[in-house]
Amino acid sequence: MKYIVSAAIISGLILSVSTAYAKTINVAPGPNAQEELQEALILAEEGDVINLLVGKYILTDGLSLDVNGVTIKGQGEDKTILDFTDQKGSGEGLLVTSHDVFLTGFAIENSKGDGIKSKGADQIVISKVRVEWTGGPDPENGAYGIYPVESKNVLVDGVQVYGASDAGIYVGQSQNIIVRYSIVKENVAGIEIENSYGADVYQNLATENTGGILVFDLPDIPQQGGKDVRVYHNFVHNNNTANFAPEGNIVGTVPAGTGIMVMSSRNVEVFENIIDDNATGNILIVGYPNQTQDEKYNPRAIDIRVFANRHGKAGYKPGFPGGDMLAQALGGSLPPIIYDGTGENIQISDKVPAISLNISKAGRPLTEARPSAYPSDSEFEGLKLKPIIMPAVMEDKIFSILSKDELPAQ
Amino acid sequence: MIGKPAYLWAHIATISSLLIGLTGLAKPSDEAVLSVKYPKALSEYGFHDDSKIGFTPHKTLIEYDLDVPLFSDYIEKSRYIYIPEGKSAQAKGNGLIDFPVGSAIIKNFGYMQDGEMRFIETRLLLRREAEWLALPYMWNETQDDAVLKLAGARLSISFTDPNAMQRTIDYAVPNKNQCKECHGVDDGISNKVMPIGPKIRTLKQSTIDALLNANALDINGQAKFAPWDKGDNLLEKNARNYLDINCAHCHNPRGSASNSGLFLDYEQSSPVSYGIYKRPVAAGRGSGGLEYAIKPGHANESIIIHRMKSNDAGVAMPQLGRSIVHHEGVALISNWIDQMDIKNSSSD
Repeated sequence: MKYIVSAAIISGLILSVSTAYAKTINVAPGPNAQEELQEALILAEEGDVINLLVGKYILTDGLSLDVNGVTIKGQGEDKTILDFTDQKGSGEGLLVTSHDVFLTGFAIENSKGDGIKSKGADQIVISKVRVEWTGGPDPENGAYGIYPVESKNVLVDGVQVYGASDAGIYVGQSQNIIVRYSIVKENVAGIEIENSYGADVYQNLATENTGGILVFDLPDIPQQGGKDVRVYHNFVHNNNTANFAPEGNIVGTVPAGTGIMVMSSRNVEVFENIIDDNATGNILIVGYPNQTQDEKYNPRAIDIRVFANRHGKAGYKPGFPGGDMLAQALGGSLPPIIYDGTGENIQISDKVPAISLNISKAGRPLTEARPSAYPSDSEFEGLKLKPIIMPAVMEDKIFSILSKDELPAQ
Repeated sequence: MIGKPAYLWAHIATISSLLIGLTGLAKPSDEAVLSVKYPKALSEYGFHDDSKIGFTPHKTLIEYDLDVPLFSDYIEKSRYIYIPEGKSAQAKGNGLIDFPVGSAIIKNFGYMQDGEMRFIETRLLLRREAEWLALPYMWNETQDDAVLKLAGARLSISFTDPNAMQRTIDYAVPNKNQCKECHGVDDGISNKVMPIGPKIRTLKQSTIDALLNANALDINGQAKFAPWDKGDNLLEKNARNYLDINCAHCHNPRGSASNSGLFLDYEQSSPVSYGIYKRPVAAGRGSGGLEYAIKPGHANESIIIHRMKSNDAGVAMPQLGRSIVHHEGVALISNWIDQMDIKNSSSD
């Protein structure tokens, strides 16, 4: 009898622990979607899954999640759609301010500001999510599609972003980052890693943006000294969309026709990408172009290694001021790799021509350009940065949602 | 059942409710403030007399006022502090106040209709054992109680503003997370809810006196000061105080806009930090095609003015708590920027 009682208690305990640990809360579209979904996000407890059923959710305000260990899971990025066309308030569609969060299987459409923002989050996984401004490129679109900032352990996997008026995927002031298997199209910047420490950007498709993939470090921001970024195995094709960023933003200075661009930053490796048909240049390496009084800030690109990229056509219609004349002087087009000359230890070892503009100092105007061929580095030191590794629990989350035919063969 | 017969219990209950009726109020409930996870109704706290229409405060509540209030769509506000009997708040450095566990800060929002106050919502900050908790309550039709609205709400409200202008606004009751967006302070370990308004430097002297008289505050030698009082530039003083109250709860190094690098709290002394020739970081279309947060001498070319003048989600600042433009605020900050000495604040 005693044994039976304690067994009952134990099984009861197990039951209560497991239900408390993996409760699934279903939310369906409907006239009260805003309140139901937001309330579910507030009442969720660690371990819970907010399961968004198929359909279109008409939302009037931004959503937010501030509970650790929660999964928001839809039924697919074309089936569960969070529609913010009628949004009246808040700066973004979905704001995440908690840790250990997994977002997957839904779309955010037409948010007034950013699509998904995570701020101050540790361990955020965003996988198979679509963020789209459905009217195509427009300066009135929100700035960023996927926007982790001041975050740590950021895994962006298999997302799609269309139409962001700044960057499709923008990781700012963060550390330990992977952006992979994603499609960014018709944004000003496809992917931008800014003022961040340690990022791998690989196997993405960046196409029909103004600039495909950017690695930037900017002044007057709390976290500076962006470093240790690898951009590899990406397909960066036809990024010739006219720049539609509202002026004043740094991406507004990115010339249309930019493939991969490194601005200031330290220790950046760009290798084994396929970069084709970018009218200004396939790879640009430049210093920070504006004046700044920030004494802690380094405006130069330092320790940049470019290696084994495959280049298609480039430089046939340079998008920066004076670019046309420069191209004329060089026989009609610019070489695929353009370096402004202000950096330090810039090693280029691709099998295509590169040019240095020999600008004397970051921030000096392009009219000072005295172009000359930039030598391919015969003493290329090779790649130095180690791969970024996420905590295993983060990769496990993605593994858990793969369908049978997506799993590796036994 | 052992003990008093049931009819006696009923009798006692009747007498108690009569007594409550006579004294006007139930007592504030420490249980609601401290331990009920999310009390469903405002009446559970006993802060107001729910036998009357509107918010009639319990006598232990101390009303407070601020020198420079936050703009909230010209909505009327009343504010109260509850400090448990026998305890007191402690003034500390920088004019901050440590409230004892069990305290609450109560802020009512409403508007005048036919000469009567009509309550919309009451926001509570509860000082619980581990940390503060912020909860929003929306008033009912009969105006005797308010119910918890964890997910917030949108209401269409028509009223006459202080300039005798008729307004209809799309009023937003914030959700619990939005409370934290403004009240959150990142201490480096976690982001915690903190009070914003009641500080020694922001409370009216009359409020400080009332708290002292009620033995609810130990001033600990902290003097009330307004940091910009010392300068001779009244316009700058008013502008910096306005930005401090209306913007700095997010725009400070530990607030939810920390990533912007634009810090509008009164402590900032570096011009670029509070916006002078500061370029946008992640403003997107919020920049309005302008280069600087503040361009001295040119309010109309300053992003800060562009965003204060906008009602468009994604552009408008502050992001929460405002659905119409505060024209007096825009005029104040515009004057300040227009009269800035361009020579002394160069961009390079």
